[in-house]
Amino acid sequence: MELYVEILASTIRYTVPLILACIAGLWSERSGIVDIGLEGKMLIAAFVAASGAAVYGSAWIGLGLAILTSVGFALIHGYAAINQRGNQVVSGVAINMLAAGLAVVLGNEWFREGGRTPALPPEGRFLPLEIPGISALADVPGLGAVVKIFFSHSILTYVAFILVPVTAWALSRTRFGLRLRAVGENPHAVDTAGISVARLRYMAVIIAGVLCGIAGTFISISLSSSFVRDITAGTGFMALAALIFANWRAWPALGACLLFGFLQASGTFLQGKHLLGVEIPVQFINMLPYLMTVVLLAGFIGKSIPPRASGLPYIKDR
Amino acid sequence: MAARGDLPVWVDLALIPLLNLLFALVISGLVVLIIGENPLEAMWIMLKGAVGSLKGWGYLLYYATNFVFTGLAVAVAFHAGLFNIGGEGQAYMAGAGAAAVGLSLEFLPWPIVIPLSILASMAVGAFWAWVPGVLQVKRGSHIVITTIMFNYIALSLMAYLINYGFRPVGKMAVESREITGAYIMSFREVAREFFDLRLPSTPLNFSVFLAIAAAFAVWYLLWRTKLGYEIRAVGASPEAAVYAGIRPDRIIVITMAISGALAGLMAVNEILGAQHRLVLGFVQGAGFVGIAVALMGRSHPLGIMLSAMLFGLLYQGGTELSFAKPDINRDMIVVIQGLVILFMGALEYAFRPWLTALFFRPED
Repeated sequence: MELYVEILASTIRYTVPLILACIAGLWSERSGIVDIGLEGKMLIAAFVAASGAAVYGSAWIGLGLAILTSVGFALIHGYAAINQRGNQVVSGVAINMLAAGLAVVLGNEWFREGGRTPALPPEGRFLPLEIPGISALADVPGLGAVVKIFFSHSILTYVAFILVPVTAWALSRTRFGLRLRAVGENPHAVDTAGISVARLRYMAVIIAGVLCGIAGTFISISLSSSFVRDITAGTGFMALAALIFANWRAWPALGACLLFGFLQASGTFLQGKHLLGVEIPVQFINMLPYLMTVVLLAGFIGKSIPPRASGLPYIKDR
Repeated sequence: MAARGDLPVWVDLALIPLLNLLFALVISGLVVLIIGENPLEAMWIMLKGAVGSLKGWGYLLYYATNFVFTGLAVAVAFHAGLFNIGGEGQAYMAGAGAAAVGLSLEFLPWPIVIPLSILASMAVGAFWAWVPGVLQVKRGSHIVITTIMFNYIALSLMAYLINYGFRPVGKMAVESREITGAYIMSFREVAREFFDLRLPSTPLNFSVFLAIAAAFAVWYLLWRTKLGYEIRAVGASPEAAVYAGIRPDRIIVITMAISGALAGLMAVNEILGAQHRLVLGFVQGAGFVGIAVALMGRSHPLGIMLSAMLFGLLYQGGTELSFAKPDINRDMIVVIQGLVILFMGALEYAFRPWLTALFFRPED
């Protein structure tokens, strides 16, 4: 296969967990709950998905368990942030550590492979879908490249990309989405209108949990065939960077995630390659998403404005 | 950080941290039960492994040294109302400073090289935290996000520097060559060379005194100097601080630099003291442990030293435990850390209502 086809197809694959986590963060932060714990929720979901799929032999059971676990972690964060009015950043850090520790401790006990889960058979994984009529075109010159780039993916990939327009629509056109955004900007106004701030924020946190669950599942049982320690490798934080880069909006988030996914894919393919006789330092490509976010945050290219009430606990007036 | 309310001081400073720790340990005990081991037996093995021998103590204090530095780094920032989540990256970058000076000036005698190398660690660590401070003050980018990003930038940058800068040509392992003067830091080497004593093999080194000195210096800075007063004033209320003639912007930048310098000292313990060479990924989460240590120690240097020793005990004991009971992975400590951070930092008000009911004294 030609290199550009490989890189673009792999860009799509790298973008999937990014966009899922990024949309998760979007829902949460638009309601005013800062979520540093995207990484941890994805990690525990990746572990549970791989374990569930290994034990029950079904990718779908793995996905279901992963979503449940991720939502459980999201609820801990929600309880700390909404009911206890705790520091949301601290709570997120705690979620990340809990997930990283528990995944390895439980994995080591259940499968005795030092925290790794067993390699999965095909039915335990989400593999690229055979789409009748389209997959057959893979060998047609010209068209084949398009098929390989866009239609060589698992079902979770299509779910992830469909979520972008769905989120954009829900946040700007539905009553629920508009109220949720209002809660992130001015919770007092929403409260005055007789709508529960806590309920809306819990909804947002649960949505984030579900999406992180799908993202983690994709990483462990679609991209790879088992869970290993630190398998998410900072994807949650890169998604957070993409979210800031996209100024907390759904469509720009897709753009940012595609860009970061492309950087990750090129980093992988350019490893050890030479350009004009000099080895390309892959480390600098890896660093780019974070560096770009810092530069953006500093307002040198455009300006990012977070939801006004984000990170602030809401105290109801009595 | 939190308002004291009506609770007696000792409840706030000692009882709440201990209750939170107890809760974290009980939940961790449940995890051990789920695994099918006896939590009490596990605890006994941990205690014996950490404080039952000279070697155990050596490791305990060596880990604690790391955590005192990163804990102080987080605490100093807390006092100014800042959350420096980038201790990990600051310590990692500082390793390059320590090794660069240590390696390039090794023709000089150690009483000159070692202090210079320590200063270089502090300077690089300070720089890596100073930039996010400046970016917040001048450009309005939030320190939490910038320091997270800086952790990842440090990860890639150090991988590049060690691979292409520090690694000697032809060496397979991704690390620098040995810093020849650094052996003088090690207790074991010094005892053998100058006193003909044989100490158990531990990475404990003179940095442990540096940690005690740093804790004292932070206490002195925060409660005995004008700058410290200004830092705490900004932390309490930036708006009020302005009326006292304090410039919060200036304080934020200075505090971040101090915080980074403290995190940078962690590299002294690890690179100069223990490894004697720059290795890939040497920080190993110590920057994040610092958050747990600072929260547990109530951001006070004395509390930080105690909680750093507690985490040192957990780390050393956890290693011994994972040898004795292979079913209980060493990462159990990470779970405990996460729980401590959750209870101390995010759920710190959970115990408060009923403790207030218990201890409330109207006429006091």
